[in-house]
Amino acid sequence: MSQQVATEGTTDETDRETGLLGGYGLRRVVLYAILLAMGVFYLVPIETGVMTAFTDPASYTGRAPFLPPLEPLVANSGEFSIQPWQNAVSGLSQGLLNSMILVIPATVLSGLLGSMAAYGLTNVHWRGQLAIYMLFVAGIFIPYQAVLVPLTQFWYNVVPLRTMFEPVGMALPIIEPYHWKLVALIVTHVAYGLPICTLLFRAHYKKLSDEMLEAARLDGASVTRIYRRIVLPLSIPMFAVVFIYQFTQIWNDLLFALTIVQFGDAAVVTQELVGIGVSQSGTNFPLRMAAALVAALPTLVVYVFFGDKFARGVAA
Amino acid sequence: MRNPLSIIRRRWSDSDDVRTDGGTAAERTPFLQRESVRSAPFWLPPFLLVALFVYGAILWNIVLSLTDFTGLGEPDYTNLDFENYVVAFTGGTPSWSDLSVEPIWNSLGNTVALMVGFTVFCLVLGLLLAILVDQEIRFENTFRTVYLLPMSLSFVVTAKFWLYMYNVETGLVNIVITSLGFGPVEIVQNPDLKLAAVAFALVWQFSGYAMIVYLAGLRAIPTSHFEAARVDGASTYRLYRRVVLPQLRTATVSALVVLTVFALKAFDFLFSMYSGYQPGPSADILATRMVREAYANSNWAYGSAIAVVLFVMALFIVAPYIYSQYRRGAL
Repeated sequence: MSQQVATEGTTDETDRETGLLGGYGLRRVVLYAILLAMGVFYLVPIETGVMTAFTDPASYTGRAPFLPPLEPLVANSGEFSIQPWQNAVSGLSQGLLNSMILVIPATVLSGLLGSMAAYGLTNVHWRGQLAIYMLFVAGIFIPYQAVLVPLTQFWYNVVPLRTMFEPVGMALPIIEPYHWKLVALIVTHVAYGLPICTLLFRAHYKKLSDEMLEAARLDGASVTRIYRRIVLPLSIPMFAVVFIYQFTQIWNDLLFALTIVQFGDAAVVTQELVGIGVSQSGTNFPLRMAAALVAALPTLVVYVFFGDKFARGVAA
Repeated sequence: MRNPLSIIRRRWSDSDDVRTDGGTAAERTPFLQRESVRSAPFWLPPFLLVALFVYGAILWNIVLSLTDFTGLGEPDYTNLDFENYVVAFTGGTPSWSDLSVEPIWNSLGNTVALMVGFTVFCLVLGLLLAILVDQEIRFENTFRTVYLLPMSLSFVVTAKFWLYMYNVETGLVNIVITSLGFGPVEIVQNPDLKLAAVAFALVWQFSGYAMIVYLAGLRAIPTSHFEAARVDGASTYRLYRRVVLPQLRTATVSALVVLTVFALKAFDFLFSMYSGYQPGPSADILATRMVREAYANSNWAYGSAIAVVLFVMALFIVAPYIYSQYRRGAL
């Protein structure tokens, strides 16, 4: 869709400019041709995935993967079917639910704690805060492999949430025994998401006017009151950026889930996606593509609606 | 050369002088009224969480790498030695195993190859895209959104897409290769091609990120620089070569660091592409080797030692970067 719009723009542009400057028009045509070709490059793996996901698994071989399946009308194009989607949703349903249980509290908590840390390290001034902040920043870049074995030890041997969960589970019928794994995963994602959240909020808080906060302080407002009444309301746009970034990161993660949840009822959607569509009878690509798209749907929707905020988050 | 410690000291006292009201030094105020203490409810809980999970875990991991911890049960911290590192670099049969263990050279080499190939191609493609998008084009937002789209997807998802793209019978890449007359080629399981195929897919996923960073860098260059070069009669090529590129150094460095760290994390992609812990020797990187040793073979201590190697590699890239950011006052 976006490509069509862009094409119209190309003709417009060139018509106008050829009149002004002979060679310039050709340059613009080449420019837009390259831009469009790159757009195709970035979209085509996703597009073939969508087209294949709507194809009957029995008829997907031998077709051009980027064309829609229109078998009765067009020969060798594959037969249209929504069966891959139904199978994908039923295969991933438990994972989708677990990912939702995981992603919402983890996103909100890491955003909130990140905002608080950035406030305490930016807008309240004290000696040594930069050193503390540098420890936060360094935490953004560590390869998570360097903490995996201790994490597994921690959640399975040191803090046995499982035994702590048993009495709660008996009291509340909604709580299942496997939920302790998701709680462990939430805390883990909050801890490792905090550095980047703090960095994003600090960049925003450095721009807040010192005079304004100083004035509030001279009026006798406490550190907490300044945060609640001035800083928090002013950080709502940044919360959007941070929530979108964290939502995407946590939803997309596989490594922590693989090492903390490992397997069983608490498996999240990325874990279930890895194994789907692989069977003795060969690879079922329509099912795999449908499953990949179902698993990607929440982040795709967020990206389509809030793409500019996502770009701000990753660019920081 | 200036002593780094004195710089740090001056920075801190600077901020105190400028910012503390009435110029009161922090030491003279009672403990409970110090700004650091009054703001502690805000920064201390998150800091403790980070201190425990990031720094505590890294230290614990280093200690674990000195043990002989394998299999089920709990690690034994009484006998600490560097055996795992010796085994990691020279191979041989460690005391905790009956079988000889492969050294990590192969996965280390693959890691470096993937890191360099992926990062360089990402940066080049990102720079070219940024220059193209910066030509006052129409629908700039649409193009930018499309180019960055793959980055919003999970490694697990993009691996599935590329598994299909590369498929020898039905994949688009092979259809294109065949139509060019080179016949279908096995890519995903081909030892000669799989690492390049992974790098290519990762470039597809992250070059949009490099573009965003470069675009911000390009937009930060004052228009007067472009105009001055134009007045001097510089060609477009010379303009970019002499005026623009030198000013994109900061953008290049920050994109480079982030992309390198992404490459170190490519585990999720490989795990999804090969549906498990076995990407095969020619695509095995340190990240996959570490997780396989620990979680598939239960060689926990040996996995920890590989993780330390990976961590040191990251440190060599990240520490100078953070220090330079600090020197520029960008933190």
